[in-house]
Amino acid sequence: MRPETEAQLAQIIRDATGPLSITGGATRLWPGEGQAARLDMTALTGVTLYEPEALTLVVRAGTPLEEVRQTLAAEGQMLGFEPMGAPGSTIGGVAATNASGPRRVQAGAARDAMLGLRFVDGQGQVISNGGRVMKNVTGYDLVKLLAGSRGTLGTLTQISLRTAPIPPATVTLALPDLDAASSIPALTTALGGPFDVSGAAWLPGHGALIRLEGLAASVKARAADLTARLQSFGTVRDGDPEAWLLCCPNTHDPDRDTWRIICRPSEAPALLTHLPAPHSLDWGGALIHVALPQGQTPDLPAFSGHARRITSAPAILPAPDPLTARLERDLRDRFDPRGLFGSPA
Amino acid sequence: MIQLPQPDAAVLARRGAIVEALRAALPGAVIDDPAETRAYECDALSAYRCAPLAVVLPRSTEEVARLLRLCHDLRVPVVPRGAGTSLAGGSMPTQDAVVIGLSRMTEVLEIAPEDRLIRVQAGRTNLSVSGAVDGLGFFYAPDPSSQLACAIGGNIAMNSGGAHCLKYGVTTNNLLGARVVLMDGSVVDLGGPMGEGPGLDLLGVICGSEGQLGIVTEATLRILPKPAGARPALIGFDAAETAGACVAAIIRAGIIPVAIEFMDAPCIKATEEFSGAGYPDCQALLIVEVEGTPPEIDEQLALIRDIAMTFDPVAFRESRSADESARIWKGRKSAFGAMGSMGDYICLDGTIPVTALPTVLSGIGDLSRQYGLAVSNVFHAGDGNMHPLIIYDANTPGDLDRAEALGADILRLCVQVGGCLTGEHGVGIEKRDLMAEQFAPADLEAQMLVKDAFDPHWLLNAAKVFPLDVSAPRRDRRLNRPADAA
Ligand SMILES: Cc1cc2nc3c(=O)[nH]c(=O)nc-3n(C[C@H](O)[C@H](O)[C@H](O)COP(=O)(O)OP(=O)(O)OC[C@H]3O[C@@H](n4cnc5c(N)ncnc54)[C@H](O)[C@@H]3O)c2cc1C
Repeated sequence: MRPETEAQLAQIIRDATGPLSITGGATRLWPGEGQAARLDMTALTGVTLYEPEALTLVVRAGTPLEEVRQTLAAEGQMLGFEPMGAPGSTIGGVAATNASGPRRVQAGAARDAMLGLRFVDGQGQVISNGGRVMKNVTGYDLVKLLAGSRGTLGTLTQISLRTAPIPPATVTLALPDLDAASSIPALTTALGGPFDVSGAAWLPGHGALIRLEGLAASVKARAADLTARLQSFGTVRDGDPEAWLLCCPNTHDPDRDTWRIICRPSEAPALLTHLPAPHSLDWGGALIHVALPQGQTPDLPAFSGHARRITSAPAILPAPDPLTARLERDLRDRFDPRGLFGSPA
Repeated sequence: MIQLPQPDAAVLARRGAIVEALRAALPGAVIDDPAETRAYECDALSAYRCAPLAVVLPRSTEEVARLLRLCHDLRVPVVPRGAGTSLAGGSMPTQDAVVIGLSRMTEVLEIAPEDRLIRVQAGRTNLSVSGAVDGLGFFYAPDPSSQLACAIGGNIAMNSGGAHCLKYGVTTNNLLGARVVLMDGSVVDLGGPMGEGPGLDLLGVICGSEGQLGIVTEATLRILPKPAGARPALIGFDAAETAGACVAAIIRAGIIPVAIEFMDAPCIKATEEFSGAGYPDCQALLIVEVEGTPPEIDEQLALIRDIAMTFDPVAFRESRSADESARIWKGRKSAFGAMGSMGDYICLDGTIPVTALPTVLSGIGDLSRQYGLAVSNVFHAGDGNMHPLIIYDANTPGDLDRAEALGADILRLCVQVGGCLTGEHGVGIEKRDLMAEQFAPADLEAQMLVKDAFDPHWLLNAAKVFPLDVSAPRRDRRLNRPADAA
């Protein structure tokens, strides 16, 4: 089923008798998702409003991410949260998965740029929340609740997003000699000072990477200051600006599973001692991607975040606490009383 | 006038027993002497007052949990309270409610500069969070004007923001985690190291839920390294529309200042008389502040100057020293006090798309003439959050009603142009009955479903946010009695 209007979508949902799998480009599915009857959102496209001077874009959910990027770039703007996108990725998928890229350390995730949305709930009702202005505390913030809900509460049809100017200058600094664990103090130093860092990662073959952006003179001055501050950690070189694209891991190796681990940066070195190569770090060490032999579960010491297998069979560590699980179930039961949208793996 | 729901007669009849049970649960923390509960009769929306059944001041999550479990089992309504600075009546009690105040919960629990976070008890004031990390070179970004007094728990409940949100976002963008006690006394930790747990973003919906989903007892907040420096420029214009166009042009050029503040002619005049800040005599002025390293500040201010010049400003003053910066900010910071000296006022809080600024300013002018009441504007122009002040005379019969009607019309105008009813103060009791202007019944129903999940008996701050007639069936289900005569 491939509805072309919100009204058609609502009708399909009202008429549905069995489980539905809502998909945009189907590029961000987790294990176990997408198995039911596909509700394909890619016909619900188009920018409904773009006001560059207000940093606001309102766009239908099925619009390809690439088209959104081009629309914004034509006006010197971009999505601040820097979602990675495989070909076919839609803005609805980006929102429903709360996608975010390296810039999260500075600008946040999709949720932080999402100002408003329209969605169709499990009863086929069209619901609107938030709006298109940056500051809005009128009623509950269902935008955040729906962001990252992976289609389990409703089907997003339209999203308002805050845009950001494309910075005129960018510098990537690299400390190629650092291993992942020893890169954490260097990344922390960069993120803890007045350098306005817009990316802090560690990638195999590249070492620690730090990105600075803004007006040219300012970037130059900050890069010089930061380079001086980082001397004690090792050689600082010009890094490859394309490397940021690699922060999204390759998940296509059939023999290995990719795990995504979110932790405090200070916890990362201890976790890394329990993890094999290949791995990579983003968000200053708060995000670890690691490839493990298929079926293997990492044996991790207690830490403040969680780990999730994002390829092959679903798995999550530690198990969600029962009270949170109860709240999530109660919310799903209310927004989707017929259980059409399923629960995430 | 804003209606309050009928208090629950059954609860009022059991008042003595309820207070006794609270005392037994938390000796030394219960206030029920009417002379002492008076301080809790209202918040900063002081026109509306109501004495609560009792006030309790716990010191820990465990104590909050004990109290909520008790109130839940006795079916007694609860109103959470931080510092009571809500301008929307969010923390104003009802007669049948127990106020749970977090003013004794002010501890810093953890400072982790290496993880760029701080964990505090929710009663701690906003400014003192920044104070706790200042020596380490960090600050907490959300900066409501009430930051000296308001508590982090209240900030989370209202999703508060301030002048600097154009660059740093509001509370929800800086909140990583919260310990929340639900109405039944159960305790849940939400969020995670990046503000993200493995499932639904429950933290995101707690933030801005106006104390209706749970009581936040601890918060984990993102702290940011202090910028190297900041400097403002002041730009005067001979028309408000020109100032609005200049704001759009600055943002369009790719510059994101940390703050863009707008003041109109009546506001400039009042602040000049009040504070003598030395502002130019003009129809509108902007204060644009940028921050960063010295070269970054110079670069940005030069661009802003170039843009401003294309609008033929009557004045452009770029600060070159701390002293000059203080003088530029002086009038803006005293604006509300200054306008208070013009008479009694109602301060509105609508947000509009910045592109609608000229339309809305002239619309407000028309409405002001129509109602015969002066309106003055000072607001955060970068994000479209307007604070029109309606000046009235509390001693003139009917003036307050007229001012309220004018306020409602201005907020309707904000919604019509694509904005919203409240940008930072929240709905509370104040804007509750206007919610239907912005939301269709299904939209409100969806929000109430969330409350149903967190607080099935509608005991937590239930008379707020939703129009009384809309929430009545749910509140009555709880009380098991006929609908309010709202
Ligand atoms: C002079 C002045 C200037 C202001 N400027 C701004 C501004 O610039 N930006 C802005 O956003 N606001 C502003 N406000 C409004 C107000 O300060 C904010 O809404 C603030 O966040 C309220 O915090 P509080 O601790 O005083 O909360 P309270 O007034 O005590 O409570 C506000 C709401 O939060 C709930 N609540 C309080 N604590 C908790 C908790 N721990 N858990 C759950 N719910 C809780 C209450 O039930 C109530 O609904 C201003 C107010 C004043 C008086």
